[in-house]
Amino acid sequence: MSHKIIVPIGPYHPLQEEPEYFQLYVEGEKVVDIDIIIGYNHRGIEKLSESKHFDQVPFLVERICGICSSSHPYAYCLAVENILGGEANIVPEKALYIRTIIDELQRIHSHLLWLGLAGHFIGYNTVWMWAWKYREPVLDMFEMVTGNRNNYAMFKVGGVRRDLKDEDIPILKKMLDELSPGVDLFRGAIMDDPVIKMRLKGVGVLTRQQVVDWCVVGPTARASGVNMDIRRDEPYGVSDRLDWKVILEKDGDIFCKTIVRILELYESISIIRQSLNKMPKDGPIDAGVKDIPAGEGIGRVEAPRGECFHYIKSDGTNRPVRHKIRSPSFMNVASDKVSAVGGTISDATLTLAAVDPCYCCTERVAVINKTDKCKVMNGWDLIKLSQEKTLKLKEGYYGRPE
Amino acid sequence: MDIIKRAFTKSIWVFHMSVGSCNNCDIETLDCFTPRFDLERFGIQLIGSARHADALLVTGAMNKKAVLRMKKVYEQVPKPCVVVACGTCACSQHMFKYSYNVAEPLDKILPVDVYIPGCPPKPEAIISGIVKALDKIKKGK
Amino acid sequence: MNMRDRIKESLQDKIKDWQEKYIKRVYFSIDKKDIFEVTQVLFRGLELRLITISATDMPDYFEIIYHFSNDPAGEIYSVRVTLADKLKPEIQSITPLLPAAEWIERETWEMLGINFKGHPNLKKLLLNEDWPENDYPLRNKK
Repeated sequence: MSHKIIVPIGPYHPLQEEPEYFQLYVEGEKVVDIDIIIGYNHRGIEKLSESKHFDQVPFLVERICGICSSSHPYAYCLAVENILGGEANIVPEKALYIRTIIDELQRIHSHLLWLGLAGHFIGYNTVWMWAWKYREPVLDMFEMVTGNRNNYAMFKVGGVRRDLKDEDIPILKKMLDELSPGVDLFRGAIMDDPVIKMRLKGVGVLTRQQVVDWCVVGPTARASGVNMDIRRDEPYGVSDRLDWKVILEKDGDIFCKTIVRILELYESISIIRQSLNKMPKDGPIDAGVKDIPAGEGIGRVEAPRGECFHYIKSDGTNRPVRHKIRSPSFMNVASDKVSAVGGTISDATLTLAAVDPCYCCTERVAVINKTDKCKVMNGWDLIKLSQEKTLKLKEGYYGRPE
Repeated sequence: MDIIKRAFTKSIWVFHMSVGSCNNCDIETLDCFTPRFDLERFGIQLIGSARHADALLVTGAMNKKAVLRMKKVYEQVPKPCVVVACGTCACSQHMFKYSYNVAEPLDKILPVDVYIPGCPPKPEAIISGIVKALDKIKKGK
Repeated sequence: MNMRDRIKESLQDKIKDWQEKYIKRVYFSIDKKDIFEVTQVLFRGLELRLITISATDMPDYFEIIYHFSNDPAGEIYSVRVTLADKLKPEIQSITPLLPAAEWIERETWEMLGINFKGHPNLKKLLLNEDWPENDYPLRNKK
């Protein structure tokens, strides 16, 4: 008895029965409106933070999102260090390098993850398998340095919790050397493939003015030509001591968003290599911060998805009075309202996934025909539609196989 | 071993559901199907419809918005089925236990057969959990 | 002219209590009636980007802070507004000016109960539809 192979949709969970997350209103093939309903992941972290003391909060905020699991604790630590006078004045030298290395490794694993999912949505499942295969050594490095593949528990106010041992450095460098040819492979496979270009160019466009009006951040904004990157604008860690560049594209479509992420992989690899070479061999990794005075501080980092912002208000006790968290996807997903509308149904899942949403709410998409007011199809069907469109383009370009 | 048990343990179809997770457990579950671990060579597959599932893999700390959905999905899964709580959030709600938006733990709503702790559990741990579930079926649930 | 001077010149006596406590962080207060005009000046006129709005339940008042970012220089300008009426806190919505503020104001409303007058779509964003009325999770219980 042979089973049909059904390919899973990624960290998104297809539920067939109750469509609640994204509701696309269509007329014929075209999407005319979109209703976004979120909150399935809301666990009340801001309120929980007020009942934890300052050293416990990084463990809590790590679990806001699993993919960018080091950006949130880093931004939180920067916010508290802002109250104390600034990261550069408090955190020891070696800890700054370790922070940057962990941050950039996380960017690599996150972009590879997105690449795999995007490949799956357009029907290139080989891209998916290979991207996630190349992601595994990065997770091994995390396990070697921090003890866990995800949720690293590395950041604390005033430094880092674990040191990067000397014997680990050549292993890290070797992993980066083996990763570079993989990124070359993806670059060639995606940038030079005419069918992918036809599939992704001109789809899900976000214009420069829309990026400004909707305050979009991250690679989504950089793909539309808006020049912003927290690592350059307000440097943290050692990002201002190293040689790297901000990747910009100008058309704002999904092809540009893909290019930005692939080229950022190269920059991240270069940043880690430079950090490993320049990092001091010895030195403290923790400033030993004990008390947080009253005040308010803001910390922000460039997460793989954009600017991650934390605001902390302290009254001199050992717990925060108020902890405000704004993750990048909060702004990016809201902009789906303008980028998905006007496109076709088969491009819908791709457009929604192109902003790289960092929560598991894109699983359920329902299509509602505005004239008939009845449900037509769900997320599973939409992904299939997207894959079929790519197949049609392929057959059109290469000709039907005999 | 009767035919249902045999079919069950030979090729189990898993339906994956998240009820308010940070996505780490979900990604580690998906990692099991990528080339390094490759669960599909054992016949285990992730499927898109609860109506064809043999096992229900749940991640997440039980968000209040998700309780009703969870119950509906469980009703659709044909019995007998195995419920696996994957991750510390599904096992015991982790550090979100006292949050205002988190309902009761999973094992008060569904009969959980296997608990896989970890934050997130490594793919090896998830595979070990699924194998324990299969053993449980073989021995007669 | 740098951005600090441009803001001071554009807003003049609307600014109360200008604080530059840390490098690249400026906090200043305004009256709640001026919020729409100030947002117009900062967002459309001086082209700052809205990061988010954070609101806190203080013992005697509500404090709302609008955080704007000057990306080229990496500075954040945080505009503080105090709402003294704790029984019926309300302020004018800036969503008609800034589509990005729609979700941010909805979240602030459902977490703290601050009414944003003129908001086109003030309904629940994160919490369940059958969440009890007048139960605002981020308010501090006495």
